[in-house]
Amino acid sequence: MKVHEYQAKEIFKKYGIPTPKEKVCKDVTEVIAASREIGTPCVIKAQVMVGGRGKAGGIKVAKNGDEAKQYAQQILGMEIKGIPVKKVLVSEAVAITHEAYLGIIIDRTEKKTVVMACKEGGVEIEEVARKNPEAIYKVYADPLLGLMDHHARAVGLFLYDDPKKAFGCASIAQKLYKIFTHLDASLVEINPLVIDQTGQLIALDAKINFDDNGLYRHADVAAMRDRESEDANELRARECDLSYVKLDGDIGCVVNGAGLAMATMDLVKHFGGEPANFLDIGGSSSPEKVKNALDILLKDKNVKVIFFNIFGGITRCDDVANGILQAKRELNIKQPIVARLTGTNEEKAMEILKTAGLVFATTMDEGAKKALELLK
Amino acid sequence: MSILVDKNTKLLVQGITGRDGSFHTRQMLNYGTTVVAGVTPGKGGVEVEGVPVFNSVAEAVKKTHANTSIIFVPAQFAASAVYEAIDGGIKLIVCVSEGIPTIELVKITAYMKDKNCRLIGPNSPGLVSAGDAKVGILPGHIFKKGSVGVISRSGTLTYEIVDHITKVGLGQSTCIGIGGDPIIGTKFIDCLELFAHDKETAAVVVVGEIGGRDEQDTAVYVKKHFKKPVFGFIAGKTAPPDKRMGHAGAIISGTSGTAAEKIKVFKECGIKVGDTPAEVAQLVKSTVKD
Repeated sequence: MKVHEYQAKEIFKKYGIPTPKEKVCKDVTEVIAASREIGTPCVIKAQVMVGGRGKAGGIKVAKNGDEAKQYAQQILGMEIKGIPVKKVLVSEAVAITHEAYLGIIIDRTEKKTVVMACKEGGVEIEEVARKNPEAIYKVYADPLLGLMDHHARAVGLFLYDDPKKAFGCASIAQKLYKIFTHLDASLVEINPLVIDQTGQLIALDAKINFDDNGLYRHADVAAMRDRESEDANELRARECDLSYVKLDGDIGCVVNGAGLAMATMDLVKHFGGEPANFLDIGGSSSPEKVKNALDILLKDKNVKVIFFNIFGGITRCDDVANGILQAKRELNIKQPIVARLTGTNEEKAMEILKTAGLVFATTMDEGAKKALELLK
Repeated sequence: MSILVDKNTKLLVQGITGRDGSFHTRQMLNYGTTVVAGVTPGKGGVEVEGVPVFNSVAEAVKKTHANTSIIFVPAQFAASAVYEAIDGGIKLIVCVSEGIPTIELVKITAYMKDKNCRLIGPNSPGLVSAGDAKVGILPGHIFKKGSVGVISRSGTLTYEIVDHITKVGLGQSTCIGIGGDPIIGTKFIDCLELFAHDKETAAVVVVGEIGGRDEQDTAVYVKKHFKKPVFGFIAGKTAPPDKRMGHAGAIISGTSGTAAEKIKVFKECGIKVGDTPAEVAQLVKSTVKD
């Protein structure tokens, strides 16, 4: 789960990481008031959970109150990578003398948390990791002891020659590590970590991604989810315990299991079609769940054909079949359905669907091809 | 021969009294797996499918000499079940539970170090040594005893590919679902090391997906060290970046961990890649005579 910059900064503040003076605003009036309170020049920053806000014109420095108003009008309501800006952060303009990168992620290969530092701020760290890996200084935290002080100091000393700044940075690294482990983050990032004219370290930007698997034990974090910024269908899918991602094609896919769901999308593409979605109905699928899946799928008006690809293990094909029947009755489905149901109770499923007007396939290749033919 | 599980497997089911635990205990018994014990704290003394249930792993191991454990407990309690199995002296722990916070796996990995014990999963469908033992939730009927090893990050996609392999007339030695989480106990390379020494295994199919760089590392390992033919499949060619595709580990971060990148490295390292599950089985058939 992702959160906005302003939410990440609230967490930073709680853990004692210095942030600029700032205020989150949802309309122009609030921006005008905030710019008075914080003073000008100030920075107006679009709150959307995508990278490249600056390049898209979503971050502007306002020299005075009039400009603050003007930029607020511009930014509030603009779209960045298709996402409408609903809130802006009005932030004091920090006079930057130095920028760096500081972040923590889980290194899947080492199976440890790793603190990463880079002497350049505002960088895309994955890009640096690929093109110039030596520019990144890494320290692995001990999984049982945590980030040790001398490791944190080593990070600081890598970034700054001045010991005072280095140790200030070490303290920030420790706080970041606490956030990471206390709150089940999957990424915490200060990019850039700056030094202002008075020599103070400040987290100018903040990014925290949370491990979805950890949300059950952090109700306060889960409550930060910005439901408006998410695809309504994806949100609904999650509430129905389904995993759905919208794509741009016209063949709707309903599959059990994430790997098979991806392979099904790939197969549609392989035969020259375009998948409309990723949809994993999971194991032990009840008829109700199948109906919900179809309901969500059909909210996407691009879907012209529906392709069921079920390999029954724990999932019983007859449950899926009953779900299809129920959905057909209740949802007024006009799109043709291609069904490939194999494995547990497939004969029962066939019996159930015999007169349902579906197109059947015995293999996923055949199913994908039939779905494509139906598009014509 | 086979790897990890066989006729000598003495299985303990953690969470045996739950819905999934009891259902799959029956399925595993039907397959011929020797299930010697179950554990559900507080329910010691009862029987499930004729299998005695104990209050602790330690007690179950002492009384039944279980050497392998499978975990069906809910995610919130799964990490603690893994620790109990480690301390109870279990040699192979298979964790089916999905949804364990990743940081718990960081800790488990550290705790297991230097202990003579292996974890498969979490978020794993388990493993099958065809004809000998099933420790997991995979549908037993699709397997046929043979010489193809299968390692996969997925569940149903594994069944799909195994089914194709069986239908082209080949069989499997051992098929392992290593799990779809970002951090897992046993990776592709760990399995390959075991397959390298397994006389029964003539070739291995590696079924990967988007996210992380395990497949890339595996390909380099295969090129350098692995002498048997390896075939590959990567799911998620059409997956968009920065979206979790079901599995917690299946996410393209920015531009890294894409299927294209993985397929490229596979091919560079001499791993033949099938574009579709059916094609993978055809590729294996063209090389392996069962």
